[in-house]
Amino acid sequence: MSLTTMLATMLPGVGRTCLLFFLTAVLSLILGIFVMFLRQSRIKPVAAVTKIYISVMRGTPLMLQLLVWYFGPFYLFGWSIRGYRFTAILLGFVFNYAAYFAEIYRSGMGSVPVGQNEAAQVLGYSKGQAFIKIILPQVVKRILPAVTNEVITLVKDTSLAFALAYQDVFSLAKQISASQTSFMPFLIAGIFYYIMNYAVAFAMDRCEKALSYYTI
Amino acid sequence: MTLLEMKGIHKSFGDLEVLKGVDLTVEKGHVVSVIGPSGGGKSTLLRCATLLETVDAGSIAYSGEYAVTMESGRAVYASPAALKSVRRRFGLVFQNFNLFPHWSVLRNVMDAPVSVLKLPKAEARDRAMGFLEKMGLADKAGAYPCQLSGGQQQRVSIARALAMDPEILFFDEPTSALDPELTVEVLRVIRSLAEEHMTMVVVTHEMSFAAKVSDHVAFMDGGVVVESGPAAQVISAPTQERTRKFLEGFNQL
Ligand SMILES: Nc1ncnc2c1ncn2[C@@H]1O[C@H](COP(=O)(O)OP(=O)(O)O)[C@@H](O)[C@H]1O
Ligand SMILES: [Mg+2]
Repeated sequence: MSLTTMLATMLPGVGRTCLLFFLTAVLSLILGIFVMFLRQSRIKPVAAVTKIYISVMRGTPLMLQLLVWYFGPFYLFGWSIRGYRFTAILLGFVFNYAAYFAEIYRSGMGSVPVGQNEAAQVLGYSKGQAFIKIILPQVVKRILPAVTNEVITLVKDTSLAFALAYQDVFSLAKQISASQTSFMPFLIAGIFYYIMNYAVAFAMDRCEKALSYYTI
Repeated sequence: MTLLEMKGIHKSFGDLEVLKGVDLTVEKGHVVSVIGPSGGGKSTLLRCATLLETVDAGSIAYSGEYAVTMESGRAVYASPAALKSVRRRFGLVFQNFNLFPHWSVLRNVMDAPVSVLKLPKAEARDRAMGFLEKMGLADKAGAYPCQLSGGQQQRVSIARALAMDPEILFFDEPTSALDPELTVEVLRVIRSLAEEHMTMVVVTHEMSFAAKVSDHVAFMDGGVVVESGPAAQVISAPTQERTRKFLEGFNQL
């Protein structure tokens, strides 16, 4: 198999890895906000359940969680859902990463001095205005480095989707390598992940620089 | 005309009773200094007045508009809409400034007038520049708080409070976080506001400032106002033993 053919065969995998990455990143960054608020809910049982959810997500292997999402409905309820594979993968990734992001958001919120909220309140800002205009921008600045780390880990973690036979770059590399007895596909996959993370790091660095005009 | 009337304020944190029935009345155009040892409840009183803490008992009225009233022995707060209107009547300057670090000096001063009072941007900007000029900070409009000295930051925070056009302005130890040479520039600004008859309540440890600038002085200790009266009388001729002891301690420094 020529290098060009190899690359062409792996290209759809690149698309699938990127798709899984972007969907997971966007959805889990958003879901994480809700999880953070539930975690801090004044309704004790809600906070407690959310805490358990976060601890399970962080305390068990993501690959195991993927298998549970995929096989759980069948083993637990006898449901077999057609075309469920990608949904299961996405659910597994999004719920796992949302737990991590929620904890990052929580520590970010906790690190903004209460005086900021108090100053806003005395000036007459509504709670919503104070959060959006004053607290959130400072939280974003504080959590950016931690979020960058998680997103970079996510790029690499997408390869775990091979456990549910998702045909991403990693799965294809393994298959082609086996059938062609070639080391090349692994090299290509490695270079791809590296470039993707380089792009992520570059973009996040731009964001950090854009927010570096002030210190807290 | 009475701008602020606080009556019988009680406030506890858990088992600790911090305010044990405090009265405070402020007339329009007057400057009231609140002095007293640390832990006496001065900050808590200001935080209750500015609705940052809820009182356990007592009433608070701004120009006759009630924020809290006593109803059958319990403190009852007015509706959120009523409290919103009460909040427009006062401003607060914090010990540690609490400027918004992600906004320029100008934005710090003009944002609340735009977002809260719904002033047109151009008008809010002109007014904000006016206040910054008054604070001697017009050239810092584009700077960020982290680029300013403590004294400059505190003057920005005074401008930010003034931009909301409050009837009464509270200061909680506005110079305690500042070096002595920066203290002077902030006290000078507060003094110039007093000369314009801005109504103010100032918690301070600067006794000579309190004596010179304020009309009234209240001495607080152990959660009560031990003594209050005309500034000259309370500071130079206190009638209460505790006030005398406190002031003596100051003079020995
Ligand atoms: N949020 C709080 N929770 C518990 N105790 C508090 C709180 N705020 C103040 N206190 C206590 O109340 C007392 C009065 O404090 P404060 O009003 O700050 O006094 P001052 O400003 O006169 O130094 C102190 O003993 C302080 O420890
Ligand atoms: Mg204090």
